[in-house]
Amino acid sequence: MSAPVPVTIIGGYLGAGKTTLVNHLLRHAGSLRLAVLVNDFGDLPIDADLIEARGEGVISIAGGCVCCSFGSDLMGALLKLAQLDPAPGQVLIETSGVALPGAVASAVRLVPGFALDAVAVLADAETVRERAADRYMGDTIEGQLAQADLIVLNKLDLVTPRERVDLVTWLAGRAPKARVIEAARAQVPLQVLLGSGVGNGSARQVGNLRAAAIQPPEDAASLYESVSFFDMGPLQVHALAQELARPELGLVRAKGVLRDAAGGLKVLQVVGARYEVTDAPGSPRETAGCVCIGLKGLLDRSGLDRLFERAHA
Amino acid sequence: MTASTTTIYRARRIVTMNPSRPEATHVAVREGRILGTGTLEELTGWGAHVLDDRFAGKVLVPGLVEGHSHTMEGTFWRYVYVGFFDRMDPDGKVWPGTKSIDEVLARLQQAEAKLTDPAAPLAGWSLDPVYYGSRRVSRHDLDRASTTRPIGVLHASGHIMNVNTRSLELAGLLRKGVEHPGIPLGEDGLPTGELRGPDAMMPVGPHTGFDRDVLACDELGLRNFAKLCVRKGVTTAADLANLLPQDAVEMMSRVTAEPAFPVRIVSLRRFINLTPRQFIERALELRAQSTDRLRLGIMKVVADGSIQGFSARLRWPGYYNGAPNGLWYVAPEQLRETFELALAHGIQIHTHTNGDEATELVLDTLEAALQKHPARDHRFTLQHCQLADAAQFRRMKALGTCVNLFPNHHFYWGDQHYAMTVGPERATRMNACATALATGVPLAIHSDAPVTPLGPMFTAWCAVNRRTASGRVLGEHERIGLADALRSITLGAAYTLKLDGEVGSIECGKRADFAVLEDDPLEIGAESLKDVRIWGTVQDGRVFSASEL
Ligand SMILES: [Zn+2]
Repeated sequence: MSAPVPVTIIGGYLGAGKTTLVNHLLRHAGSLRLAVLVNDFGDLPIDADLIEARGEGVISIAGGCVCCSFGSDLMGALLKLAQLDPAPGQVLIETSGVALPGAVASAVRLVPGFALDAVAVLADAETVRERAADRYMGDTIEGQLAQADLIVLNKLDLVTPRERVDLVTWLAGRAPKARVIEAARAQVPLQVLLGSGVGNGSARQVGNLRAAAIQPPEDAASLYESVSFFDMGPLQVHALAQELARPELGLVRAKGVLRDAAGGLKVLQVVGARYEVTDAPGSPRETAGCVCIGLKGLLDRSGLDRLFERAHA
Repeated sequence: MTASTTTIYRARRIVTMNPSRPEATHVAVREGRILGTGTLEELTGWGAHVLDDRFAGKVLVPGLVEGHSHTMEGTFWRYVYVGFFDRMDPDGKVWPGTKSIDEVLARLQQAEAKLTDPAAPLAGWSLDPVYYGSRRVSRHDLDRASTTRPIGVLHASGHIMNVNTRSLELAGLLRKGVEHPGIPLGEDGLPTGELRGPDAMMPVGPHTGFDRDVLACDELGLRNFAKLCVRKGVTTAADLANLLPQDAVEMMSRVTAEPAFPVRIVSLRRFINLTPRQFIERALELRAQSTDRLRLGIMKVVADGSIQGFSARLRWPGYYNGAPNGLWYVAPEQLRETFELALAHGIQIHTHTNGDEATELVLDTLEAALQKHPARDHRFTLQHCQLADAAQFRRMKALGTCVNLFPNHHFYWGDQHYAMTVGPERATRMNACATALATGVPLAIHSDAPVTPLGPMFTAWCAVNRRTASGRVLGEHERIGLADALRSITLGAAYTLKLDGEVGSIECGKRADFAVLEDDPLEIGAESLKDVRIWGTVQDGRVFSASEL
């Protein structure tokens, strides 16, 4: 059985920048084959210069990526993606503005061949607090934020530094578990949002991460830094994952293929406060490693060193 | 009968709904339309005619108008009916309600025995376990019908499906560690076979025969729906949430145009997969494709979910049992843009609102849109609108909206509304027909078939009696009179579809659409209204006997 395709859900209210983010990710996908699922093609969700061809329900995008609309049948659309050859390396689901991303995540978990990577919710720095107080939409907005692993606090170029600090504090109260990613024009490094941006889960890929982690294709990348751990012996992978999900480390995402105490290879994934340890597909002889990504200056490098040290079985 | 022949029908009584002449004994028909009602002497003034006595012992009322149904009701009958209440199929057979889980199983086993292909799925519908006590139906129950073929049984609400072990296996759900709020797990860590909500149902759909393609009404389903209409006296039916892709429009135009197709279908395109602008452009395209028996161009927006599914949006204090508030299916910004464009282009919108918060949002949004685009006769209609209070009805009146209420709910789920969803007080105001009439809001009432059975006479009975399944009268002050109820299922519903100048009453110039009744609804009494026997219909002057379909 091949590794499940990771799925990142991109939620958030109308106008928060979901479509901008999707296009940004498509532009920086490199060799990663992204499949984007959007609610509808109503407002063309893909920048014209990225489009290679348009078909019924499918848009072909440069670099082997595709965009499909799912309407009311998200799971059917995922099952169709599973039949693509070659299979996509990562799926992005752009939800409708009123959808609760947690429900979408639950649905994704039911579809064989796919695994939830992250729930990312965009918040418009200019309007999110006003929207969260709206008599009709308030609880929907709060629900969206509370269900996020990662909150992309977008359009920060449009608010003052003071407002920015207030917003981050306010978000911490609404979504204590989520990691906040600050952004303008939805410029977020691929590796922060997408698990497959840091390798496809195979041990060899992770082994190559030294070169791949956080390339700086844009300014936004300079906000982040990463630490990689290699050539480790058997570890208590579960305990390690649990520790990595704690907020004090300043970690946004971690991904690795690690050998556990019994000698088996495990894929470790941490997104915000959520972590997951699964059996690694493929040959158990390959070398193992782990990449940790966090905000520059906030990533607790020595704390991470200590954690990995302590995790030795 | 050739087109220009004049036929005069004699009837025991003709209830016209024409205020200038409420009753008559004869009606003259030419070219599918009504020349007039009156005495035979009065009508012979129209010249040469054929006197038709076949309805001499029957009562004619205007052809009934179902203002909110789904042609899907015709599709469902290819599955096994396992509802608690008796229900008539398109061929006129009344399926007795299954009164216990054992009876449900017995019926499924019977149907199973008739299947020759060992892999063929078995699908049932209209299950309502709430009537079988507190025990939930499990995959082990359904395994008694078969362990080798997939079985799926959809609940009456349409929100839940029970499946057997084989279905779970085929869908890849017969495993430990399934994590979904709509998929309860048994003590063995495996799913119990109850799947709640469309997402949870979806993985098994293709295996159990509940394919999304089948549920979107096909040709056979449309024909079966039409047969049911004749049996229920319906000559015009609104199909309230179609996606209306062009191939469906072509199929529906072709089938409805057949000389023997007995009903006028008003099909509304649902707001999904399009921007508001595209939605209104599509409305204009659809409107241009309207035919005599397929009316297109009215559009449908869904604002929230359902009360019994706890997905309707309620205002304070929310659900009686403390369930969290429901879900929005449209953003206010989209609603505003849609309403503004619709008003600007003369497109009529019907909006599904179940909870009173959804109703409030629609009223707020329409009020703002009307400031921008004042439209004198927009007839925007609130569909279901089950929980509206008196103040909201006053706003509806002020804004010129119609309402299409859902009294059938009182019979089927009134007891649950009282005990669980909205509590005693609000349960009595649900579907406040009397308040709507007293406030002057144009009123229709509906079945939402297949959610509840198609049958405007039954719907009228519900509005008149407000009786729940357990026999409780729920909201006696919101009961309406017989005459008002009859008006709501004819002229009232026609008004919400902008067809009241054409159908809904028996008077000169209108379509010759009649429901032909064996019993007189005005004499049979409010208690028995649902038992009025229906002979068939006359639609556009064409006679359809239910016994000869
Ligand atoms: Zn409906």
